[in-house]
Amino acid sequence: MAQFNMNLLSMMIFFPLLGVFLLLFVDKENQALIKGIGLFFSLMVFSLSLVLFVSFDPQTAEMQFVESATWLPELGITYHLGVDGISLLLVVLTSFLTPICIIACWEDITQKVREFIICILFLETGMIGVFVSLDFFLFYIFWEVMLIPMYLMIGIWGNPARRVYAAIKFFIFTMVGSILMLVAILVLYFYHGAETGNYTFDILSFYTLDIPFSVQFWLFLAFALAFAIKVPMFPFHTWLPDAHTEAPTVGSVILAAVLLKMGTYGFLRFNLPLFPEASYYFIPVMCALAVIGIIYGALVSMVQKDLKRLIAFSSVSHLGFVMLGIFALNVQGVQGGILQMINHGLSTGALFLIVGMLYERRHTRMIADFGGLSRQLPIFAAFFMIVTLSSIGLPGLNGFVGEFLILLGAFKSNPAFAVLGATGVILAACYMLWMFQRVMFGGIVYEENKKLKDLSIREIGLLIPIVIMIAWIGLYPKTFLSKTETSVNHLLNQVHSRVLADKNSGSLLSDKDLISKGVVLSGGCSLSGSSGITVR
Amino acid sequence: MISNTWLIPFFPFLGFLINGLMGSRLSKKIVGLIGCVSVGLSFLYSGVLFILMLSLPAQERIWQPEFYVWVSAGKFLVKAAFLIDPLSMIMMLVVSGVGFLIHIYSIGYMHEDPAYARYFAYLNLFAASMLVLVMANNFLVMFVGWEGVGLCSYLLIGFWYEKKSASDAGKKAFVVNRVGDFGFLLAIFLTYWTFSTLNFNEVTEIASHRFHVGDAVITAICLLLFLGAVGKSAQIPLYVWLPDAMEGPTPVSALIHAATMVTAGVYMVARCNVLYLLSPISMAVVATVGCVTAIYAASIGLMQNDIKRVLAYSTVSQLGYMFLACGVGAFTAGIFHLMTHAFFKALLFLGSGSVIHALAGEQDMRRMGGLRDHLPRTYWTFIAGTLAIAGIFPFAGFFSKDEILWESFIKGNVIYWFVAVLAAFMTAFYMFRLVFMTFHGESRIDASIRDKICEAPMTMLLPLTVLAILSLIGGFIGIPIIKRANLFHEFLGPIFGKGMSLPEIAHSGSASIAFEISLMVISLAVALCGIWLAYLMYIKDTELPDRLAARFSRLYNLVHNKYYVDEIYDALVVNPIKYLSSALWLIFDNRIVDGIVNGTAWVCYYLSVIIRRIQTGYVYNYALGILVGVCLILGYVLLI
Repeated sequence: MAQFNMNLLSMMIFFPLLGVFLLLFVDKENQALIKGIGLFFSLMVFSLSLVLFVSFDPQTAEMQFVESATWLPELGITYHLGVDGISLLLVVLTSFLTPICIIACWEDITQKVREFIICILFLETGMIGVFVSLDFFLFYIFWEVMLIPMYLMIGIWGNPARRVYAAIKFFIFTMVGSILMLVAILVLYFYHGAETGNYTFDILSFYTLDIPFSVQFWLFLAFALAFAIKVPMFPFHTWLPDAHTEAPTVGSVILAAVLLKMGTYGFLRFNLPLFPEASYYFIPVMCALAVIGIIYGALVSMVQKDLKRLIAFSSVSHLGFVMLGIFALNVQGVQGGILQMINHGLSTGALFLIVGMLYERRHTRMIADFGGLSRQLPIFAAFFMIVTLSSIGLPGLNGFVGEFLILLGAFKSNPAFAVLGATGVILAACYMLWMFQRVMFGGIVYEENKKLKDLSIREIGLLIPIVIMIAWIGLYPKTFLSKTETSVNHLLNQVHSRVLADKNSGSLLSDKDLISKGVVLSGGCSLSGSSGITVR
Repeated sequence: MISNTWLIPFFPFLGFLINGLMGSRLSKKIVGLIGCVSVGLSFLYSGVLFILMLSLPAQERIWQPEFYVWVSAGKFLVKAAFLIDPLSMIMMLVVSGVGFLIHIYSIGYMHEDPAYARYFAYLNLFAASMLVLVMANNFLVMFVGWEGVGLCSYLLIGFWYEKKSASDAGKKAFVVNRVGDFGFLLAIFLTYWTFSTLNFNEVTEIASHRFHVGDAVITAICLLLFLGAVGKSAQIPLYVWLPDAMEGPTPVSALIHAATMVTAGVYMVARCNVLYLLSPISMAVVATVGCVTAIYAASIGLMQNDIKRVLAYSTVSQLGYMFLACGVGAFTAGIFHLMTHAFFKALLFLGSGSVIHALAGEQDMRRMGGLRDHLPRTYWTFIAGTLAIAGIFPFAGFFSKDEILWESFIKGNVIYWFVAVLAAFMTAFYMFRLVFMTFHGESRIDASIRDKICEAPMTMLLPLTVLAILSLIGGFIGIPIIKRANLFHEFLGPIFGKGMSLPEIAHSGSASIAFEISLMVISLAVALCGIWLAYLMYIKDTELPDRLAARFSRLYNLVHNKYYVDEIYDALVVNPIKYLSSALWLIFDNRIVDGIVNGTAWVCYYLSVIIRRIQTGYVYNYALGILVGVCLILGYVLLI
């Protein structure tokens, strides 16, 4: 078992590649076999991730399932993998959604099927790799590897009218961030080498590095820009609506559900622990951008005419919540943020699947082309309603738990931002319900809509697992929250203790600054930020 | 028994699942049976609990069954747990009892509807959510029920979604409620960070021991909670959704928009009574909002012609009374009125449903009249409800409304009392106007349906009868004046006694019994005046209303158009947001951000077009370039 566990992460990364290799020898006309192979390998990865999830020990904040092998020793590059509570759920989410995506494209994609499946499997490798890499070099490789299949997906299988524009926009936006991040990684590498004499790309060893604030400041910005584009945070979000709108259904699902999370994950994995003082310094900026994102995304979403574009802007709003939670820098906020990443993956992923199903039937995504579908498609309507409600954070479903914890945490550290962020809850109801009304309610206006068929067994089958997860997280989030808690506490300790040490030595921020930023130094408060009871 | 109380909301939830998933394949009979039985079981369970509770001494009447840890992060921990005490017991009985009757009524009322199963599924889901709301032992679980009932209200208002007005009304209800929920949510945050718990009893305990009257944080919590209550219970300024909610099927209006859901706000304020008592400012806000809403909505009710809208505005007005009671510290009176109102308002709505059913969907009272002979049982039960809401002795509304009037005089001030009495006058007037226009006078019904009018089926008449009886006798559990005869007060004593025993809460004195009786006589006389005026205008001299309307046309138009509040909201809130959103998207997103991005691309492109010219492909050009380069480097090296 121990040996098996030792290689679990590598197996998850390379299984899809094995599938890709096999696919090279399959007749490209044999579509069923191609999809079957894709499904088989993605299901294998999913079952491995279940093993990972079950045997993950929630009691420790240490990296688990660690694999380490020398790779390029002269440069200090190692093949170093591991998961902790922060990455675990994202890995599971990725492997959960990939098979669903393959089933989703079963009838949708008919051109270049083999290449498409190869793209999905490649993507899976890249995504899992990003979440489990503990070596900067390795991380960066996966980060870039992931770009290519996504770029191809949008550019080849996308909507012919504007797919090239969208693909290039997506690529350039992400690339700009990536390059800056690469420079920052190199700076870190040389700085670490100069400080300790040990030139290494090992992420964990950077955590102990004490970087002066002036350096942190710039490195934080470089990393933050890369991740903020990915999230995407306002005002770097304009690539998202285009990419989503033009991408094929599956591309949108993966993009929304997993790719965006790389940005928020990056903040948790790199920005906070590597640059704690800078993170503190930037709290107001990050929170302000997050809140602007929440409100801006919601408002703009309200006036969209294209379903996919509407959901894309709603993502900007939802991810704003995640960022607000992360920069609350307390357990509730960060845990809520992590959970909300998963929630957004499920509900927005499902929304894109649902819009995809409509598109397959009607070949349009314009809201105005629909109306009154409820009567024609009752099963579809039920699924659509559940997912919509999940997205607007109805208690009892998943979205609520995440949003609630985020706002609870943010309210502690930044009441004003939390109040503004909470308006997003009202706005979400506005844009989602209005959209639902225009698509599903009213009378049928267009003849074409009278002939639509309700969901097939395949379509129901791929939505049911998502709906089960939506209810599960909503009713019993403990399954997931308990996995993340220790790691989150550890992370926050890393951040707060460093900032506090600086404060004690008087090197960085004044007392007043710290207090104003949420670290209460006097009695009754734990530094982990888990609580600050001020009962008189 | 106690540890299985989760079954109470679970029965209807199960009904929802069965009818929702398989309802389309079941026969209507089974669907209706599942719907009714599931709620009936909840009522039965609650009834048994009630008997069990009565057998205990007053101090032990509290159960807190815990089921599992729902959300936990750091020290924040919320359990899925219930609180069953006299207050929630009353609510459970009202919700499941009235709910059960309305489910039965629905069998008859909705019989023709093709979406029968969907209807019962939603109605069951509503019952489940409402029970969670009233049984919750902490703010967060209450919020689950709170949003759940909001969802069901949305679904049921928009039940006939093919009608645009119906789906619009549903959306409006949900969004306006969300504005209130925004306040509720913030109140939860503030409560947690103040008390580090969300449990009602713990909050009450800490608040009464460690906080003082007038603490700012308590006031903030109370006002935020009240924002939630204002949304759910349709008070000024968030009442606008309730009249539109009448687009839903009439039993839904009876259950959700009269008897149960809209009273959730009152229940919540009563549940947090200790917090409110610690904050005189919020008490004053609650009382004032309640009082103003009571008269404001009543005044609109005077001139509505849609039978359900009259009842809707009267609901808003009656809820105002309940808040007035809470605001002056008479929580028991508020809950008492909540209960009696549940009886008589459900009765009135179901009665109006019976009328609408008989008239094939007609809701305009100007096309009714003379229905007394056609619908005798509906008529008589309706009269019982009308007398109750008008506050005529010995109907239920008399006791509860008079208690509110009395308490608002004693604990509040004379202005509250006067406004409330004026609203009572209006209530009596518009309710009898409704009765006279509908059941009396000459028939103004379309000839095409006049012959087909027949009394409702038994499934509809039975609930009407039960509710009529309750409206008649329901008040006697709260008999005023005579000490110890007020069972209601005694039962709720442990809940509201706590706050009253706070050392800093001033006890406003007791007045003489003679004074109380004289106030009662006044309000009774006022109500009778209202009835007499209605008689004068709608039976005796039917031309009079039109003459008055012509005479005071400005005022008439203002009130008739509901003070143009919907139009004002559209102009001030809805449209600006829409324009702003479009502007943000079209200008900021498309012009500015993408402008910069695409501009950069454009600059790169044209730069490369220029630079491309250097790449001529001729060797001598390149050789020249190399030569120049070498010279420059040499020059640099040599000169420096």
